[in-house]
Amino acid sequence: MSVISPVRVRQLLKKELRQVFRDPRMKRIVFIAPVIQLVAFGYAVNTDIKNTKTFVIDHDRSAASRELLEVVEATGYFRIVGRSERPADLVHALDYGKAEVGIEIPAGFSRDLADERGARVQVILDGTNSNTATVAQGYLTYIVQGYARSRAAAAGALAGGGVDARVRAWYNPDLESRVYNVPGVIGMLILLMSLLLTALSVVREREMGTLDQLTVSPLSAAELMLGKTVPATLVAFIDLFLVTALAILWFHIPMRGSFLDLLPAALLYILCGLALGLLISSVSRTQQEAFMTMFLVLLPAIILSGFFYPISSMPEVFQWITVLNPVRHFLEIVRAIFLKGAGIADLWVQYAMLTVMAGGATWLAIVRFRRSMAL
Amino acid sequence: MNPGRLWAMARKEAIQLRRDPRSLGMAFLLPAALLLFFGYAISYDVNNIEMAVLDESNSERSRGLIHAFESSGYFDIVEYPARYEDVDELLQRAKVLAVLVIPPSFDRDLAAGRDAPVQLLLDGSDANSATIAQNYAAAIMIRYSSDVLLRGRRFVLPAQAETRVWYNETLESRNMIVPGLVAVIMSIIAAMLTALTIAREWERGTMEQLAATPVHRLEVVIGKLVPYVGIGLFDVALAIVAGLLIFGVPLRGNILLLTGLTLLFLIGALSFGMFISAAVKSQVLASQIAIQTTYLPAILLSGFMFSISTMPIALQVVTYAVPARYYVSVTKGIFLKGVGPEVLWVQGLAMIIFATVGLTLAIRSFRKELE
Repeated sequence: MSVISPVRVRQLLKKELRQVFRDPRMKRIVFIAPVIQLVAFGYAVNTDIKNTKTFVIDHDRSAASRELLEVVEATGYFRIVGRSERPADLVHALDYGKAEVGIEIPAGFSRDLADERGARVQVILDGTNSNTATVAQGYLTYIVQGYARSRAAAAGALAGGGVDARVRAWYNPDLESRVYNVPGVIGMLILLMSLLLTALSVVREREMGTLDQLTVSPLSAAELMLGKTVPATLVAFIDLFLVTALAILWFHIPMRGSFLDLLPAALLYILCGLALGLLISSVSRTQQEAFMTMFLVLLPAIILSGFFYPISSMPEVFQWITVLNPVRHFLEIVRAIFLKGAGIADLWVQYAMLTVMAGGATWLAIVRFRRSMAL
Repeated sequence: MNPGRLWAMARKEAIQLRRDPRSLGMAFLLPAALLLFFGYAISYDVNNIEMAVLDESNSERSRGLIHAFESSGYFDIVEYPARYEDVDELLQRAKVLAVLVIPPSFDRDLAAGRDAPVQLLLDGSDANSATIAQNYAAAIMIRYSSDVLLRGRRFVLPAQAETRVWYNETLESRNMIVPGLVAVIMSIIAAMLTALTIAREWERGTMEQLAATPVHRLEVVIGKLVPYVGIGLFDVALAIVAGLLIFGVPLRGNILLLTGLTLLFLIGALSFGMFISAAVKSQVLASQIAIQTTYLPAILLSGFMFSISTMPIALQVVTYAVPARYYVSVTKGIFLKGVGPEVLWVQGLAMIIFATVGLTLAIRSFRKELE
């Protein structure tokens, strides 16, 4: 029978809190580590292409080639770190990682500009970093085209007007990647923390033999679950406040929505993480096993969340899998509330999914937990 | 150090590992399984960008521009909003990433030989994809403009960029992801394998038995390390075979060099896990520390997802303390660039230092004395 008695729960909470914080080192880890991590990772999660290290081979050495290179550098996306006339130097620079982009201007470039076949510029990219390479390729193609167009227009070859694209990025006018990625880091840190707080809790008691003591006590499974989750929820919530405050105050991530809309999502998300952790803990026989299982769960949860790899580019099967990933829904909510000022009405699908998952995970955890107590 | 005792210690650890078959199974199969899973799932490629078009011009020219977007393969036009007011809703609900607005004057302007403004609205909250979409769109519009201006005349723009991508000619993101992913997975798993080993002995009380034997702490640490190094090497081998055979990732460099550097890396990472274990003597605490110090740093600070060169200098300095950073350079360098010791000696040296420090710390923090 799972009757919940407030007195017993209070006693149990006391015991659990004491157990969590008996080791003063634990306090430091659960409250200070997320703060340090958010600051460090907040600076790391940057995919803006700025000052990309560029190596130039200029065989032409003409006024025209210099003009083109000036245009390239003036955009701010590329910084010329070396020049040479020997192609071998470019190979060297890319092999050693001293440059990520190479521009080779062939001899006769300025002559070909006037020729009807047109001049060609070689752009060489380091394909080991596809993200930078893709974006740099786009910029360079665009810059060279723009240069060519303005030359053609100046020469009178292109009379008249073309399409004048006026680009405006909503919610993030400078297209700063940090604004998009820091909310993602918040989601990962909270998941990590909620899993860590519970994944070893039950299995630890089992390994040490104290689970038997709890089993023979009058405590019901539901009470035990409460005892394990309430302190962890508190800790995870404090962490959430800390990292959110940092994101806003330190990284100036705009918070356009309401914190009140964020709270229910955070509660559901933390519940998902804690229940998942308890589930892992209940099915594992050793702490080592629980630890490994956590790893098995965490990595896909992060990589298939849309944190970095766009979900729309995944094969369809995997897009469906991501629907079952609470991180995906939480990130969509966090980003929309922060950047778009969205509210629950806009995001009801994500809230509903989180509710279903939190409920499902809690139910599964209780079922498994009962069984593990019966063992 | 006595080889007999060392061997006995290694055997003891191996037997103990066998008694926990589920953990052992995961240790052997997890890396290859995750690699397979992610190898299929993820890519950097941004295509099929969902787009809405508000065509207020509704002319032959505007339809030509829309067609240019459609046929580029990068954009997928999913919505045709009727009014400008609907655009807001589309972006707000993230139904589309980009909106192209062609004003009524578009056709008139082009016919009169004037610049015809169009609006491209992007959902900047997804900055990564928006940047790429912006580039694609700009290139499409420049091409379209030249076609319009030429009106069928044969003319080539005076300059064009020809792109060649080295090391990964087709910009196949899988080629880039797989080698780096092997390194990241191994960095994390190595710490997980050993972070609990010594703490476990303390918690289970078997440390007392170990303390009663004449075995030296050097023999304990190295003996315990041996089976895990074996598992780690097996994991890397399996992951590499999977990468080569299933994903067709090229292996351009020397496999012996890769093996040697992998061994160095594993010794360092496994010793570091053991150091945590010996220092804190509690499995819960050790798992906390191991995860916090290896998990996200290996993913975010290793150069796997985010380029180190774009980080602020202070953080770049921090990345030198993240061993995954060196291993990611090694796997990418050997797989894709085919570079040898002339380039990778820096990483090799860093990994030797890391292994020495890790091993020393593990041995020094290991105490047999019971409190």
